[in-house]
Amino acid sequence: MSDPMRGSTAIVGTGITNRWDAPGRTAFDQLQEAAILALEDAGLTTKDVDGLFCALSVSGLPVLNVAEKLGLELRHADGTMAGGSSFIFHMRSAMAALNAGLCDVALICYGSNQRSAGGKLAAMPDPQPYEAPYGALYPISSYALAAARHMHEHGTTREQLAEIAVAARQWAKLNPAAMMRDELTRDDVLGSRMVSDPLTKADCCLVTDGGGALVMVRADRAKDHAAPVPLLGVGTAVSHRQIASMPDFTTTAAVQSGAEAYRMAGLGPADIDHVMVYDAFTICTLMFLEDLGFCAKGEGGAFCASGAIAPGGSLPVNTNGGGLSCNHPGMYGIFTVIEAAEQLRGRCGARQVPGAEVALAHANGGVLSSQATAILGTPATL
Amino acid sequence: MTTDPRFDGPGPDQTWRDALAAGRLEIQHCTACDAAQFPPSLVCRTCGAPAPSMVAASGKGIVYSTTTVRRRDGAHNVSVIELAEGPRIMSRVTDLSGVVRIGAEVTAKAEMGDSGPVLVFVPEGSE
Ligand SMILES: [Zn+2]
Repeated sequence: MSDPMRGSTAIVGTGITNRWDAPGRTAFDQLQEAAILALEDAGLTTKDVDGLFCALSVSGLPVLNVAEKLGLELRHADGTMAGGSSFIFHMRSAMAALNAGLCDVALICYGSNQRSAGGKLAAMPDPQPYEAPYGALYPISSYALAAARHMHEHGTTREQLAEIAVAARQWAKLNPAAMMRDELTRDDVLGSRMVSDPLTKADCCLVTDGGGALVMVRADRAKDHAAPVPLLGVGTAVSHRQIASMPDFTTTAAVQSGAEAYRMAGLGPADIDHVMVYDAFTICTLMFLEDLGFCAKGEGGAFCASGAIAPGGSLPVNTNGGGLSCNHPGMYGIFTVIEAAEQLRGRCGARQVPGAEVALAHANGGVLSSQATAILGTPATL
Repeated sequence: MTTDPRFDGPGPDQTWRDALAAGRLEIQHCTACDAAQFPPSLVCRTCGAPAPSMVAASGKGIVYSTTTVRRRDGAHNVSVIELAEGPRIMSRVTDLSGVVRIGAEVTAKAEMGDSGPVLVFVPEGSE
């Protein structure tokens, strides 16, 4: 008995600005451009939108600002902020709202100018008094603590982490829109400046500007659009805020979000043709592939270093080049979904995964704190 | 009465800071389920019982994970300590030998920082 939510909604438009270094633009400029592109891709305009889902690191009132700027007449809105995974949280909420008749056209959107505004991850007002005295670099030290524990328990090595950055770069070289496309070797990564042991600068995502957007509608309306991408399953999970409160540093709540997405889709890891995981740091790719069932816990290092996730490997992962080499405007999660949808629509040129029918997009928020997993298919998978 | 007396007095964060200022590391204990908890909260995160009590911790723990933060002006340790009672806490290990290892036994110590007392840990036997 399949879940009634499976395939009940679809992405019918995607928008991506590809402006990763764009001085003179605000975060809202990036968001608006992406929203317009996504709506045009869907054959719609801002006047068709009656449900808005957005989160930004520069605004505590994103729904109000975005609705005013775009001139939206809303019946439904959701500004859930769970960090970089927010947009897959929004997809789950949009799925529910569309099915409940609370809205008919859901716009999910994001924009950032963090690179041109200063080149640092935008700090949100969220004081952590039990961490603040220790001078941990946010967020890299939290991920470094998880990586160090993974190395301790499972023998994961820096060389294996370096191969993840190299694989991302190899994919980026196939993506004309990726920001970093020059040669990157394992030795380059290993020789990069150590920032918070065991993670070097080359283990870190880029700091870019950018905007991304999605348009979702119910399945009954999806067939009116050119290239619908049904949402087969989506799951979300929250496990902690600060890294010291993470129940087990080597296992993330992607286990829970993935299980819910697989259950709803009626699928498992073996059914997935294309994978996008939020690679804020190299360790993230490794842990999420383990937690989503693409390899056993503790085997992520060997799996990633085997060439499996690079072009030509057995599991195409982060084919846009990822946060490590394509773009990372701060809350990258929406870009995992955009790339997954574009792969299923067969629009990815040199990096296209041939015959991709089912794609998984996974995003992370905070410091491995919130996890969200979406499984998308081609119309044939319904 | 319009307020619930179980929540009277300073909040748990203030209570924790006041204890540290007096040189004590406190954690919470739930009388309903016996769970130990940090950071402090108004509720037991294990069983949901309200208002767990603040108790003295042993101060003993082991290094659960550790990193060296490298800034232009120098490097310093950040570690997560698993307390003997169970909860984990972010802190700094001030290791005289210079190398902090996962699994090392450490003991809590209140140290005076720029803006008040700070909880740090020292290697077992070096306090
Ligand atoms: Zn309890």
